[in-house]
Amino acid sequence: MSKFSFFEIMRKALNHNEDWQRQWADPEPKKDYDIIIIGGGGHGLGTACYLAKEHGLTNIAVLEKGWIGGGNTGRNTTIIRSNYLYDESAALYDHSVRLWEGLSQDLNYNVMFSQRGVMMLAHTDHDRHSFQRHIHANRLNGIDNEWLDAGQAQDYCPALDISPAARYPVIGAALQRRGGVARHDAVAWGYARAASECGVHIIQNCEVTNITRHANGSVSGVETSRGFIGAKKIAVVAAGNTSNVMRMAGVRMPLESYPLQALVSEPLKPVIPCVIMSNSVHAYISQSDKGELVIGAGTDQYVSYSQTGSLPVISHTLEAICELFPIFRRVRMMRSWGGIVDVTPDRSPIIGETPVPGLFVNCGWGTGGFKATPGSAHVFAHHLATGTPHPVNAPFTLKRFETGRLIDEAAAAAVAH
Amino acid sequence: MLLIHCPVCGEDRPETEFTYAGEAHIARPSNPDTLSDADWAQFLFYRTNPRGIHAERWRHTHGCGRFFNALRDSVSDKFIQTYPAGTPRPATAKPENAQ
Repeated sequence: MSKFSFFEIMRKALNHNEDWQRQWADPEPKKDYDIIIIGGGGHGLGTACYLAKEHGLTNIAVLEKGWIGGGNTGRNTTIIRSNYLYDESAALYDHSVRLWEGLSQDLNYNVMFSQRGVMMLAHTDHDRHSFQRHIHANRLNGIDNEWLDAGQAQDYCPALDISPAARYPVIGAALQRRGGVARHDAVAWGYARAASECGVHIIQNCEVTNITRHANGSVSGVETSRGFIGAKKIAVVAAGNTSNVMRMAGVRMPLESYPLQALVSEPLKPVIPCVIMSNSVHAYISQSDKGELVIGAGTDQYVSYSQTGSLPVISHTLEAICELFPIFRRVRMMRSWGGIVDVTPDRSPIIGETPVPGLFVNCGWGTGGFKATPGSAHVFAHHLATGTPHPVNAPFTLKRFETGRLIDEAAAAAVAH
Repeated sequence: MLLIHCPVCGEDRPETEFTYAGEAHIARPSNPDTLSDADWAQFLFYRTNPRGIHAERWRHTHGCGRFFNALRDSVSDKFIQTYPAGTPRPATAKPENAQ
Protein backbone atom coordinates (compact mmCIF):
# COMPACT_ATOMS: atom_id res chain seq x y z
CA MET A 1 0.00 0.00 0.00
CA SER A 2 1.44 3.36 -0.97
CA LYS A 3 2.33 5.83 1.74
CA PHE A 4 0.39 9.08 1.83
CA SER A 5 2.68 12.09 1.51
CA PHE A 6 2.83 15.49 -0.08
CA PHE A 7 4.96 14.02 -2.85
CA GLU A 8 2.33 11.34 -3.45
CA ILE A 9 -0.44 13.94 -3.77
CA MET A 10 1.63 15.86 -6.32
CA ARG A 11 2.42 12.71 -8.30
CA LYS A 12 -1.21 11.56 -8.32
CA ALA A 13 -2.33 15.04 -9.35
CA LEU A 14 -0.09 14.79 -12.43
CA ASN A 15 -1.82 11.47 -13.23
CA HIS A 16 -5.26 13.13 -12.96
CA ASN A 17 -5.85 11.33 -9.62
CA GLU A 18 -6.73 8.16 -11.46
CA ASP A 19 -4.51 5.60 -9.77
CA TRP A 20 -5.34 5.93 -6.06
CA GLN A 21 -5.57 2.49 -4.48
CA ARG A 22 -8.49 1.37 -2.35
CA GLN A 23 -7.54 1.93 1.26
CA TRP A 24 -8.43 -1.38 2.82
CA ALA A 25 -9.12 -4.85 1.44
CA ASP A 26 -12.58 -6.44 1.28
CA PRO A 27 -11.78 -10.12 1.91
CA GLU A 28 -14.14 -13.08 2.19
CA PRO A 29 -14.25 -14.34 5.79
CA LYS A 30 -11.93 -17.29 6.56
CA LYS A 31 -13.13 -20.39 8.42
CA ASP A 32 -11.52 -19.30 11.65
CA TYR A 33 -9.37 -16.62 13.24
CA ASP A 34 -7.32 -16.26 16.40
CA ILE A 35 -9.32 -13.21 17.44
CA ILE A 36 -12.67 -11.93 16.22
CA ILE A 37 -13.61 -8.35 17.05
CA ILE A 38 -17.35 -7.70 16.92
CA GLY A 39 -17.93 -4.09 15.93
CA GLY A 40 -16.10 -2.07 13.29
CA GLY A 41 -16.14 1.35 14.90
CA GLY A 42 -13.10 3.32 16.00
CA HIS A 43 -12.52 1.25 19.14
CA GLY A 44 -12.80 -2.10 17.33
CA LEU A 45 -10.66 -1.13 14.34
CA GLY A 46 -8.15 0.55 16.63
CA THR A 47 -7.91 -2.62 18.71
CA ALA A 48 -7.22 -4.65 15.58
CA CYS A 49 -4.62 -2.13 14.46
CA TYR A 50 -2.71 -2.17 17.78
CA LEU A 51 -2.94 -5.99 18.00
CA ALA A 52 -1.25 -6.15 14.61
CA LYS A 53 1.26 -3.35 15.01
CA GLU A 54 2.29 -3.73 18.65
CA HIS A 55 1.69 -7.41 19.36
CA GLY A 56 2.32 -8.97 15.93
CA LEU A 57 -1.08 -10.72 15.86
CA THR A 58 -2.61 -10.54 12.40
CA ASN A 59 -4.94 -13.56 12.20
CA ILE A 60 -7.78 -11.25 13.19
CA ALA A 61 -11.17 -10.32 11.75
CA VAL A 62 -13.24 -7.26 12.52
CA LEU A 63 -16.92 -8.03 11.89
CA GLU A 64 -19.21 -5.08 11.25
CA LYS A 65 -22.93 -5.47 10.64
CA GLY A 66 -23.16 -2.25 8.60
CA TRP A 67 -20.25 -0.24 7.29
CA ILE A 68 -17.18 0.72 9.31
CA GLY A 69 -17.50 3.91 11.30
CA GLY A 70 -21.25 4.04 10.56
CA GLY A 71 -22.35 3.81 14.17
CA ASN A 72 -21.33 6.04 17.03
CA THR A 73 -17.91 6.71 15.46
CA GLY A 74 -19.68 8.75 12.78
CA ARG A 75 -22.34 10.19 15.09
CA ASN A 76 -20.41 11.88 17.89
CA THR A 77 -19.42 15.53 18.19
CA THR A 78 -15.67 14.69 17.95
CA ILE A 79 -14.62 16.32 21.23
CA ILE A 80 -11.36 15.20 22.80
CA ARG A 81 -10.25 16.05 26.33
CA SER A 82 -8.87 14.32 29.43
CA ASN A 83 -9.84 16.58 32.34
CA TYR A 84 -11.47 13.82 34.39
CA LEU A 85 -11.55 13.92 38.17
CA TYR A 86 -10.56 10.45 39.31
CA ASP A 87 -7.03 9.11 38.93
CA GLU A 88 -8.18 6.01 37.04
CA SER A 89 -10.16 8.00 34.48
CA ALA A 90 -7.51 10.69 34.16
CA ALA A 91 -4.90 8.03 33.38
CA LEU A 92 -7.12 6.37 30.79
CA TYR A 93 -8.24 9.50 28.96
CA ASP A 94 -4.83 11.16 29.09
CA HIS A 95 -3.25 7.99 27.71
CA SER A 96 -5.66 8.54 24.86
CA VAL A 97 -4.86 12.23 24.37
CA ARG A 98 -1.15 11.40 24.23
CA LEU A 99 -1.87 8.85 21.48
CA TRP A 100 -4.06 11.39 19.65
CA GLU A 101 -1.11 13.77 19.57
CA GLY A 102 0.87 11.37 17.37
CA LEU A 103 -1.97 9.52 15.68
CA SER A 104 -1.84 11.09 12.23
CA GLN A 105 1.87 10.23 12.00
CA ASP A 106 1.43 6.73 13.46
CA LEU A 107 -1.33 5.85 11.00
CA ASN A 108 0.02 7.88 8.08
CA TYR A 109 -3.51 9.22 7.84
CA ASN A 110 -4.61 12.76 8.59
CA VAL A 111 -7.18 12.50 11.38
CA MET A 112 -7.24 16.31 11.56
CA PHE A 113 -6.60 16.36 15.30
CA SER A 114 -6.77 20.00 16.30
CA GLN A 115 -5.84 21.00 19.85
CA ARG A 116 -7.95 24.14 19.86
CA GLY A 117 -8.81 23.90 23.53
CA VAL A 118 -11.89 22.70 25.41
CA MET A 119 -13.48 25.36 27.60
CA MET A 120 -16.05 24.28 30.19
CA LEU A 121 -18.22 27.14 31.39
CA ALA A 122 -19.08 27.70 35.03
CA HIS A 123 -22.46 29.33 35.64
CA THR A 124 -22.91 28.92 39.39
CA ASP A 125 -20.83 28.87 42.54
CA HIS A 126 -21.23 25.12 42.60
CA ASP A 127 -19.76 24.90 39.08
CA ARG A 128 -16.85 27.10 40.14
CA HIS A 129 -16.03 24.92 43.15
CA SER A 130 -16.40 21.75 41.16
CA PHE A 131 -14.26 22.94 38.24
CA GLN A 132 -11.53 24.29 40.49
CA ARG A 133 -11.44 20.94 42.26
CA HIS A 134 -11.12 19.27 38.85
CA ILE A 135 -8.33 21.65 37.87
CA HIS A 136 -6.32 20.84 41.00
CA ALA A 137 -6.91 17.10 40.62
CA ASN A 138 -5.93 17.24 36.94
CA ARG A 139 -2.74 19.14 37.62
CA LEU A 140 -1.73 16.63 40.29
CA ASN A 141 -2.13 14.00 37.55
CA GLY A 142 -0.01 15.99 35.10
CA ILE A 143 -2.98 17.02 32.96
CA ASP A 144 -3.21 20.64 31.86
CA ASN A 145 -6.33 22.48 32.97
CA GLU A 146 -6.56 26.10 34.02
CA TRP A 147 -9.09 28.51 35.48
CA LEU A 148 -10.19 31.53 33.44
CA ASP A 149 -12.34 34.34 34.74
CA ALA A 150 -15.27 35.48 32.61
CA GLY A 151 -13.24 38.14 30.79
CA GLN A 152 -10.48 35.67 29.93
CA ALA A 153 -13.11 33.18 28.76
CA GLN A 154 -14.53 35.78 26.40
CA ASP A 155 -11.03 36.62 25.16
CA TYR A 156 -10.61 32.96 24.26
CA CYS A 157 -14.03 32.77 22.58
CA PRO A 158 -15.17 36.30 21.67
CA ALA A 159 -18.70 35.33 20.58
CA LEU A 160 -19.56 34.27 24.14
CA ASP A 161 -22.07 36.43 26.02
CA ILE A 162 -20.70 37.07 29.51
CA SER A 163 -23.04 39.86 30.58
CA PRO A 164 -24.22 39.40 34.19
CA ALA A 165 -27.84 39.73 33.03
CA ALA A 166 -27.58 36.63 30.81
CA ARG A 167 -29.96 33.76 31.49
CA TYR A 168 -26.91 31.56 32.21
CA PRO A 169 -24.27 34.03 33.44
CA VAL A 170 -20.69 32.93 32.84
CA ILE A 171 -18.66 33.41 36.02
CA GLY A 172 -15.55 31.64 34.73
CA ALA A 173 -14.36 28.63 32.85
CA ALA A 174 -11.95 25.68 32.99
CA LEU A 175 -9.77 25.45 29.92
CA GLN A 176 -7.85 22.40 28.78
CA ARG A 177 -5.65 23.68 25.97
CA ARG A 178 -4.57 20.18 24.87
CA GLY A 179 -8.20 19.25 24.24
CA GLY A 180 -9.81 19.71 20.88
CA VAL A 181 -11.47 17.88 18.03
CA ALA A 182 -10.58 15.36 15.32
CA ARG A 183 -12.29 14.18 12.18
CA HIS A 184 -14.20 11.11 13.33
CA ASP A 185 -14.58 9.35 9.96
CA ALA A 186 -10.86 9.65 9.34
CA VAL A 187 -10.20 7.87 12.63
CA ALA A 188 -12.17 4.81 11.52
CA TRP A 189 -10.68 4.91 8.02
CA GLY A 190 -7.12 5.48 9.25
CA TYR A 191 -7.28 2.56 11.66
CA ALA A 192 -8.95 0.35 9.03
CA ARG A 193 -6.25 1.17 6.48
CA ALA A 194 -3.42 0.55 8.95
CA ALA A 195 -4.97 -2.71 10.19
CA SER A 196 -5.74 -3.98 6.70
CA GLU A 197 -2.18 -3.26 5.64
CA CYS A 198 -0.97 -5.58 8.42
CA GLY A 199 -3.27 -8.37 7.20
CA VAL A 200 -6.30 -7.90 9.46
CA HIS A 201 -9.58 -8.84 7.74
CA ILE A 202 -12.22 -6.12 7.86
CA ILE A 203 -15.54 -7.72 7.01
CA GLN A 204 -18.47 -5.39 6.53
CA ASN A 205 -22.16 -6.27 6.16
CA CYS A 206 -21.55 -9.22 8.46
CA GLU A 207 -23.93 -9.28 11.39
CA VAL A 208 -23.18 -11.59 14.30
CA THR A 209 -26.31 -13.56 15.18
CA ASN A 210 -24.94 -15.91 17.84
CA ILE A 211 -21.84 -16.59 19.90
CA THR A 212 -21.12 -20.31 20.19
CA ARG A 213 -19.26 -22.00 23.03
CA HIS A 214 -17.32 -25.23 23.63
CA ALA A 215 -18.57 -27.81 26.11
CA ASN A 216 -16.11 -26.39 28.69
CA GLY A 217 -17.79 -22.98 28.37
CA SER A 218 -15.13 -21.14 26.38
CA VAL A 219 -16.01 -19.42 23.12
CA SER A 220 -15.73 -21.36 19.86
CA GLY A 221 -16.87 -18.82 17.30
CA VAL A 222 -19.70 -16.75 15.94
CA GLU A 223 -22.63 -17.41 13.66
CA THR A 224 -23.04 -14.52 11.27
CA SER A 225 -25.14 -13.43 8.33
CA ARG A 226 -22.21 -14.73 6.22
CA GLY A 227 -21.90 -18.13 7.91
CA PHE A 228 -20.08 -19.59 10.91
CA ILE A 229 -16.63 -18.23 11.75
CA GLY A 230 -14.48 -19.91 14.39
CA ALA A 231 -12.40 -17.97 16.91
CA LYS A 232 -10.11 -18.60 19.89
CA LYS A 233 -10.94 -15.23 21.42
CA ILE A 234 -13.87 -12.90 20.82
CA ALA A 235 -13.82 -9.22 21.67
CA VAL A 236 -17.16 -7.44 21.81
CA VAL A 237 -16.83 -3.73 20.98
CA ALA A 238 -20.44 -3.10 20.02
CA ALA A 239 -21.24 0.16 21.85
CA GLY A 240 -25.02 0.57 22.24
CA ASN A 241 -25.72 -3.01 21.16
CA THR A 242 -23.34 -4.61 23.67
CA SER A 243 -26.12 -5.89 25.95
CA ASN A 244 -27.68 -7.76 23.03
CA VAL A 245 -24.43 -9.18 21.68
CA MET A 246 -23.38 -10.33 25.16
CA ARG A 247 -26.80 -11.94 25.65
CA MET A 248 -25.85 -14.26 22.75
CA ALA A 249 -23.13 -15.66 25.01
CA GLY A 250 -25.47 -15.77 27.99
CA VAL A 251 -23.85 -12.83 29.76
CA ARG A 252 -25.97 -10.10 31.34
CA MET A 253 -24.44 -6.62 31.49
CA PRO A 254 -24.73 -3.61 33.82
CA LEU A 255 -25.61 -1.40 30.86
CA GLU A 256 -28.51 0.61 29.57
CA SER A 257 -28.67 2.08 26.06
CA TYR A 258 -29.93 5.60 25.49
CA PRO A 259 -30.14 7.87 22.45
CA LEU A 260 -27.67 10.76 22.46
CA GLN A 261 -28.48 13.48 19.97
CA ALA A 262 -26.36 15.90 17.99
CA LEU A 263 -27.00 18.39 15.24
CA VAL A 264 -25.14 20.61 12.80
CA SER A 265 -25.97 24.02 11.42
CA GLU A 266 -25.53 25.50 7.99
CA PRO A 267 -21.85 26.43 7.40
CA LEU A 268 -20.74 29.78 8.82
CA LYS A 269 -17.52 31.77 8.67
CA PRO A 270 -15.11 30.97 11.54
CA VAL A 271 -16.77 32.12 14.76
CA ILE A 272 -16.06 29.51 17.46
CA PRO A 273 -12.29 29.01 17.82
CA CYS A 274 -12.48 26.25 20.45
CA VAL A 275 -14.85 23.73 21.99
CA ILE A 276 -17.35 25.21 24.45
CA MET A 277 -19.07 22.94 26.96
CA SER A 278 -21.61 23.84 29.55
CA ASN A 279 -22.48 21.08 31.97
CA SER A 280 -25.12 23.02 33.88
CA VAL A 281 -27.25 23.69 30.84
CA HIS A 282 -25.99 20.58 29.09
CA ALA A 283 -24.90 21.95 25.77
CA TYR A 284 -21.67 21.78 23.87
CA ILE A 285 -20.64 23.41 20.67
CA SER A 286 -17.69 23.60 18.31
CA GLN A 287 -17.21 24.52 14.69
CA SER A 288 -16.05 22.07 12.03
CA ASP A 289 -13.48 22.98 9.43
CA LYS A 290 -16.35 23.15 6.93
CA GLY A 291 -17.88 25.89 9.09
CA GLU A 292 -20.84 23.96 10.49
CA LEU A 293 -21.62 24.47 14.15
CA VAL A 294 -21.51 21.01 15.73
CA ILE A 295 -23.85 20.88 18.70
CA GLY A 296 -24.31 18.07 21.17
CA ALA A 297 -27.31 17.56 23.41
CA GLY A 298 -27.89 15.33 26.39
CA THR A 299 -29.17 11.77 26.43
CA ASP A 300 -32.85 11.01 26.29
CA GLN A 301 -34.25 9.73 29.55
CA TYR A 302 -35.47 6.33 28.34
CA VAL A 303 -33.82 3.15 27.02
CA SER A 304 -34.01 3.11 23.24
CA TYR A 305 -32.31 1.77 20.12
CA SER A 306 -34.13 4.12 17.76
CA GLN A 307 -31.09 6.29 16.81
CA THR A 308 -33.36 9.34 16.84
CA GLY A 309 -34.32 10.72 20.23
CA SER A 310 -36.93 13.19 21.30
CA LEU A 311 -37.37 16.80 20.21
CA PRO A 312 -37.55 18.37 23.71
CA VAL A 313 -33.94 17.31 24.34
CA ILE A 314 -32.49 19.17 21.35
CA SER A 315 -34.78 22.17 21.73
CA HIS A 316 -33.58 22.53 25.34
CA THR A 317 -29.97 22.45 24.11
CA LEU A 318 -30.60 24.99 21.37
CA GLU A 319 -32.34 27.32 23.82
CA ALA A 320 -29.22 27.19 26.00
CA ILE A 321 -26.87 27.72 23.02
CA CYS A 322 -28.89 30.79 21.96
CA GLU A 323 -28.58 32.21 25.47
CA LEU A 324 -24.81 31.66 25.55
CA PHE A 325 -24.32 32.88 21.98
CA PRO A 326 -27.07 35.39 21.08
CA ILE A 327 -25.54 35.77 17.58
CA PHE A 328 -26.69 32.23 16.72
CA ARG A 329 -30.39 32.91 17.15
CA ARG A 330 -31.06 33.02 13.42
CA VAL A 331 -28.74 30.19 12.39
CA ARG A 332 -30.58 27.31 10.73
CA MET A 333 -29.89 23.71 11.64
CA MET A 334 -29.23 21.34 8.74
CA ARG A 335 -29.30 17.87 10.26
CA SER A 336 -29.91 16.17 13.56
CA TRP A 337 -29.41 12.54 14.50
CA GLY A 338 -29.02 10.21 17.43
CA GLY A 339 -26.48 7.58 18.39
CA ILE A 340 -27.16 4.79 20.87
CA VAL A 341 -24.80 4.97 23.83
CA ASP A 342 -24.29 2.21 26.37
CA VAL A 343 -24.20 3.68 29.85
CA THR A 344 -22.84 1.98 32.98
CA PRO A 345 -24.12 2.81 36.47
CA ASP A 346 -20.89 4.72 37.29
CA ARG A 347 -20.47 6.27 33.80
CA SER A 348 -17.05 4.65 33.41
CA PRO A 349 -16.25 2.04 30.77
CA ILE A 350 -15.80 -1.70 31.17
CA ILE A 351 -12.62 -2.99 29.51
CA GLY A 352 -11.52 -6.55 29.97
CA GLU A 353 -12.60 -10.07 30.76
CA THR A 354 -16.09 -11.51 31.16
CA PRO A 355 -17.29 -14.60 33.04
CA VAL A 356 -17.01 -16.56 29.75
CA PRO A 357 -13.46 -17.79 28.97
CA GLY A 358 -12.14 -16.25 25.76
CA LEU A 359 -14.81 -13.57 25.66
CA PHE A 360 -13.65 -10.00 26.21
CA VAL A 361 -15.61 -6.79 26.24
CA ASN A 362 -14.87 -3.11 25.76
CA CYS A 363 -18.06 -1.16 26.39
CA GLY A 364 -19.86 1.29 28.61
CA TRP A 365 -18.25 4.39 27.11
CA GLY A 366 -21.58 6.11 27.42
CA THR A 367 -21.63 9.61 26.06
CA GLY A 368 -17.85 10.05 25.85
CA GLY A 369 -16.27 7.24 23.88
CA PHE A 370 -14.84 9.05 20.88
CA LYS A 371 -12.16 10.91 22.81
CA ALA A 372 -10.94 7.62 24.22
CA THR A 373 -10.67 5.77 20.90
CA PRO A 374 -6.86 5.40 20.66
CA GLY A 375 -6.31 4.84 24.38
CA SER A 376 -9.16 2.36 24.71
CA ALA A 377 -8.02 0.42 21.65
CA HIS A 378 -4.40 0.44 22.82
CA VAL A 379 -5.02 -0.94 26.31
CA PHE A 380 -7.69 -3.38 25.12
CA ALA A 381 -5.27 -4.78 22.50
CA HIS A 382 -2.70 -5.24 25.28
CA HIS A 383 -5.25 -7.11 27.40
CA LEU A 384 -6.36 -9.32 24.47
CA ALA A 385 -2.83 -10.13 23.38
CA THR A 386 -1.23 -10.79 26.75
CA GLY A 387 -4.23 -12.01 28.74
CA THR A 388 -3.44 -9.55 31.51
CA PRO A 389 -4.77 -6.01 31.80
CA HIS A 390 -2.66 -2.99 30.95
CA PRO A 391 -2.12 -0.95 34.17
CA VAL A 392 -4.36 1.75 32.70
CA ASN A 393 -7.40 -0.49 32.14
CA ALA A 394 -6.90 -2.70 35.20
CA PRO A 395 -9.43 -0.77 37.36
CA PHE A 396 -12.13 -0.85 34.66
CA THR A 397 -13.28 -4.40 35.25
CA LEU A 398 -16.76 -5.89 35.11
CA LYS A 399 -16.05 -7.21 38.62
CA ARG A 400 -16.10 -3.71 40.11
CA PHE A 401 -19.89 -3.83 40.25
CA GLU A 402 -19.57 -6.71 42.72
CA THR A 403 -16.62 -5.45 44.72
CA GLY A 404 -18.01 -1.92 44.90
CA ARG A 405 -14.83 -0.28 43.62
CA LEU A 406 -16.79 1.96 41.25
CA ILE A 407 -15.15 4.82 39.37
CA ASP A 408 -18.02 7.17 39.85
CA GLU A 409 -17.54 9.79 37.15
CA ALA A 410 -21.31 10.20 37.11
CA ALA A 411 -21.03 12.02 40.40
CA ALA A 412 -17.71 13.65 39.60
CA ALA A 413 -18.04 14.93 36.07
CA ALA A 414 -21.57 16.34 36.24
CA VAL A 415 -23.46 15.02 33.25
CA ALA A 416 -21.51 15.67 30.10
CA HIS A 417 -18.75 13.30 29.14
CA MET B 1 -41.82 13.53 21.39
CA LEU B 2 -43.53 10.55 22.97
CA LEU B 3 -47.23 10.58 23.78
CA ILE B 4 -47.74 8.61 26.94
CA HIS B 5 -51.02 7.27 28.28
CA CYS B 6 -51.19 7.70 32.04
CA PRO B 7 -53.30 4.83 33.39
CA VAL B 8 -54.14 6.85 36.51
CA CYS B 9 -55.32 10.04 34.76
CA GLY B 10 -56.63 8.08 31.79
CA GLU B 11 -55.20 10.59 29.33
CA ASP B 12 -52.55 10.75 26.59
CA ARG B 13 -50.06 13.42 27.62
CA PRO B 14 -46.70 14.64 26.19
CA GLU B 15 -43.45 13.09 27.35
CA THR B 16 -42.28 16.29 29.06
CA GLU B 17 -44.89 15.73 31.80
CA PHE B 18 -43.28 12.40 32.70
CA THR B 19 -40.07 11.17 34.28
CA TYR B 20 -38.54 7.87 33.27
CA ALA B 21 -37.73 5.62 36.21
CA GLY B 22 -35.87 2.63 34.79
CA GLU B 23 -36.64 -1.02 34.24
CA ALA B 24 -39.82 -2.33 35.89
CA HIS B 25 -40.43 -5.47 37.94
CA ILE B 26 -37.08 -5.45 39.75
CA ALA B 27 -38.05 -6.64 43.19
CA ARG B 28 -35.89 -5.70 46.15
CA PRO B 29 -34.35 -8.90 47.55
CA SER B 30 -36.27 -10.25 50.53
CA ASN B 31 -33.12 -11.67 52.15
CA PRO B 32 -30.65 -8.76 52.19
CA ASP B 33 -28.59 -10.13 55.10
CA THR B 34 -27.74 -13.36 53.29
CA LEU B 35 -27.43 -12.04 49.73
CA SER B 36 -24.05 -12.49 48.00
CA ASP B 37 -22.12 -9.59 46.43
CA ALA B 38 -22.86 -10.99 42.97
CA ASP B 39 -26.60 -11.08 43.68
CA TRP B 40 -26.51 -7.53 45.04
CA ALA B 41 -24.76 -6.44 41.84
CA GLN B 42 -27.50 -8.09 39.78
CA PHE B 43 -30.18 -6.25 41.74
CA LEU B 44 -28.45 -2.88 41.80
CA PHE B 45 -26.66 -2.61 38.48
CA TYR B 46 -27.44 -5.34 35.94
CA ARG B 47 -30.28 -4.59 33.53
CA THR B 48 -32.05 -6.39 30.69
CA ASN B 49 -31.65 -3.49 28.22
CA PRO B 50 -33.54 -5.36 25.47
CA ARG B 51 -33.63 -4.48 21.82
CA GLY B 52 -37.37 -5.05 21.64
CA ILE B 53 -40.13 -4.81 24.21
CA HIS B 54 -39.04 -3.16 27.43
CA ALA B 55 -41.04 -3.13 30.66
CA GLU B 56 -40.28 0.15 32.37
CA ARG B 57 -41.47 2.55 35.07
CA TRP B 58 -42.62 6.09 34.45
CA ARG B 59 -43.84 8.77 36.82
CA HIS B 60 -46.43 11.34 35.80
CA THR B 61 -44.42 14.04 37.56
CA HIS B 62 -46.33 17.05 36.24
CA GLY B 63 -49.74 15.38 36.45
CA CYS B 64 -51.02 13.00 39.08
CA GLY B 65 -47.50 12.36 40.40
CA ARG B 66 -48.04 8.60 40.39
CA PHE B 67 -45.71 5.86 39.21
CA PHE B 68 -46.97 3.37 36.63
CA ASN B 69 -45.49 0.74 34.32
CA ALA B 70 -45.32 0.60 30.55
CA LEU B 71 -44.41 -1.81 27.79
CA ARG B 72 -42.59 -0.02 25.00
CA ASP B 73 -40.75 -1.20 21.90
CA SER B 74 -37.20 0.11 22.33
CA VAL B 75 -36.55 0.10 18.57
CA SER B 76 -39.62 2.06 17.40
CA ASP B 77 -40.21 3.81 20.77
CA LYS B 78 -43.92 2.92 20.41
CA PHE B 79 -45.83 2.30 23.61
CA ILE B 80 -47.66 -1.01 23.56
CA GLN B 81 -49.46 -0.66 26.86
CA THR B 82 -49.31 1.18 30.16
CA TYR B 83 -50.54 -0.45 33.35
CA PRO B 84 -50.72 0.38 37.06
CA ALA B 85 -47.68 -0.16 39.28
CA GLY B 86 -47.89 -3.34 41.30
CA THR B 87 -49.71 -5.35 38.63
CA PRO B 88 -47.84 -8.12 36.81
CA ARG B 89 -46.37 -7.64 33.36
CA PRO B 90 -49.08 -8.24 30.71
CA ALA B 91 -48.45 -10.98 28.18
CA THR B 92 -47.43 -9.68 24.76
CA ALA B 93 -47.40 -11.27 21.35
CA LYS B 94 -43.72 -10.49 20.76
CA PRO B 95 -40.94 -12.10 22.82
CA GLU B 96 -38.86 -9.69 24.84
CA ASN B 97 -35.72 -9.78 22.72
CA ALA B 98 -37.37 -9.80 19.30
CA GLN B 99 -35.55 -7.67 16.77
